[in-house]
Amino acid sequence: MSITENEARKVAKLARIAVEDEALPALARELSGILDFMEQLKEVDVEGVEPMTGVMPMRLKRREDVVTTGGMPERILSNAPDAREGFFAVPKVVE
Amino acid sequence: MSDLNKLTVSEARDALHKGDVTSVELTDACLNAIEAAGALNAFVHGTPDKARQMALAADDRIKSGDAAPMTGIPLGIKDVFCVQGVASQAASRILEGFVPEYESTVTQNLWDAGAVMLGKLNMDEFAMGSANENSCYGKAINPWKIDDRDLTPGGSSGGSAAAVAADLCLAATGTDTGGSIRQPAGFTGTVGLRPTYGRVSRYGVIAYASSLDQAGPMTKSVRDAAIMLGAMASVDEKDSTSADIPVPDFEAALTGDIRGKKIGIPREYRVDGMPEEIDDLWQKGTDMLRDAGAEIVEISLPHTKYALPTYYIIAMAEASSNLARYDGVRYGRRAGLGQGDGITEMYEKTRAEGFGPEVQRRIMIGTYVLSAGFYDAYYNHARKVRALIKRDFDNAYADGIDAILAPTTPSAAFALGAMDTADPVQMYLNDVFTVTLNLAGLPGISVPVGLDRQGLPLGLQLIGRPFEEGALLNQALVLERAAGFVAKPERWW
Repeated sequence: MSITENEARKVAKLARIAVEDEALPALARELSGILDFMEQLKEVDVEGVEPMTGVMPMRLKRREDVVTTGGMPERILSNAPDAREGFFAVPKVVE
Repeated sequence: MSDLNKLTVSEARDALHKGDVTSVELTDACLNAIEAAGALNAFVHGTPDKARQMALAADDRIKSGDAAPMTGIPLGIKDVFCVQGVASQAASRILEGFVPEYESTVTQNLWDAGAVMLGKLNMDEFAMGSANENSCYGKAINPWKIDDRDLTPGGSSGGSAAAVAADLCLAATGTDTGGSIRQPAGFTGTVGLRPTYGRVSRYGVIAYASSLDQAGPMTKSVRDAAIMLGAMASVDEKDSTSADIPVPDFEAALTGDIRGKKIGIPREYRVDGMPEEIDDLWQKGTDMLRDAGAEIVEISLPHTKYALPTYYIIAMAEASSNLARYDGVRYGRRAGLGQGDGITEMYEKTRAEGFGPEVQRRIMIGTYVLSAGFYDAYYNHARKVRALIKRDFDNAYADGIDAILAPTTPSAAFALGAMDTADPVQMYLNDVFTVTLNLAGLPGISVPVGLDRQGLPLGLQLIGRPFEEGALLNQALVLERAAGFVAKPERWW
């Protein structure tokens, strides 16, 4: 499986990681190498096998739909790079 | 008593309970050892004041007759565990400055048991790596040495393994997604236990791949692993995958009697190019268990050779999803923005400068295998092969096998930087023996069994039945006793 520079650019965009144009050829090669290594799975016959959803046979736990915690906006915001007036602040999103 | 930092957890516990030593003395011995071991780069955030405070409280608790087995025991904590009020950044620049407002369940359980926190330990960024070279703190160094080269302590729990092997703490926490507890234990002559998926809560453990991650103890002895797992494990409503299975007394399972137990030797683990020494060690371990009365059975786990690519597809897919949360908004680092940069540029620049190269690679591969048009061919296909890999183990256990014996790693510790020129896949091959059980959710333990010709430690791993860590630890105890591994790294740091 060979990844082109364009595909590498697209995957970086989807992953929201800035990659300079000069770095794209090396990135494409690396990603191709890893995907090549993964290609060998193609030879496994998986006819009729269900994809695994959970490794231990257990039912997902349920609980009452009630509020169990909260009321601590200062603590929630304490690690934010930019917080103002009780909110997370980000660059302007809507013009 | 001298060299208190060299005690095992069980020795320290007994001495504490008899009143021969105090937690303050133990803790000071460890803090002094840490102070003198900067060259190992194992501890990356020290918490000496907290440690002394916790040690004083532990001594009071012991005096009042209310001691638990871990009360007063000084521990190192892998940087991946959130500890309230203490920097916790999974060795990543993107979590620079992050100080959790909450406590992971594992560390809370340990503090409730009276354990003492010495500080945070080095690791590979987000637990992605097999050499502890991918860390914003720089490489952790193996206390074992054979010449002037620095060796890797393994990864991702490299700081934990180095700290335990160098007696900087009595024991440490680790996490194991594809071998990150067992491989470093194998490289440092220490014991590393990865419990069954669901035995230990993942709440507050910075996530790498949620269906594979599991925390466990890294210790100087099998008995210590049993004691520490007992304190770490719990049924936790904060983790929906925490298993509703009571935590037994693991230490009580250590009878040393494994007569009649069936130990499987998987023929597919005899891989091409495996050094003869590893093969010899495996044979020696097999003989030890046979001599102890176990029945040795050759078994087949036919899908073994597909475990590595399956593991990397699933782990990277889950990582790309889990690490989407690092967006420069809620915690950690935000990149400086230029004039006119909007929110997309903020995400892209923050993640480009915050994540190291290996993490970026894994996120991008994960993104690719989950993207439209490739989801079925890669991710879904891998989940099907994973089901087959688990079925191999299910079949072996259904045939009456009690545990499986295999090497922990394909080599002894290698030199730091030795893999720099290799492509990423070469590094992934290090996990060839360890990833299978993560895919199947099973418990596994690495026990030091011997030294290679150069004098470096080598480990063997036992793979157990789900939720039967007690039996697994007992088998490991037999291996530990028969091997009689007592070598320690000569101090150079």
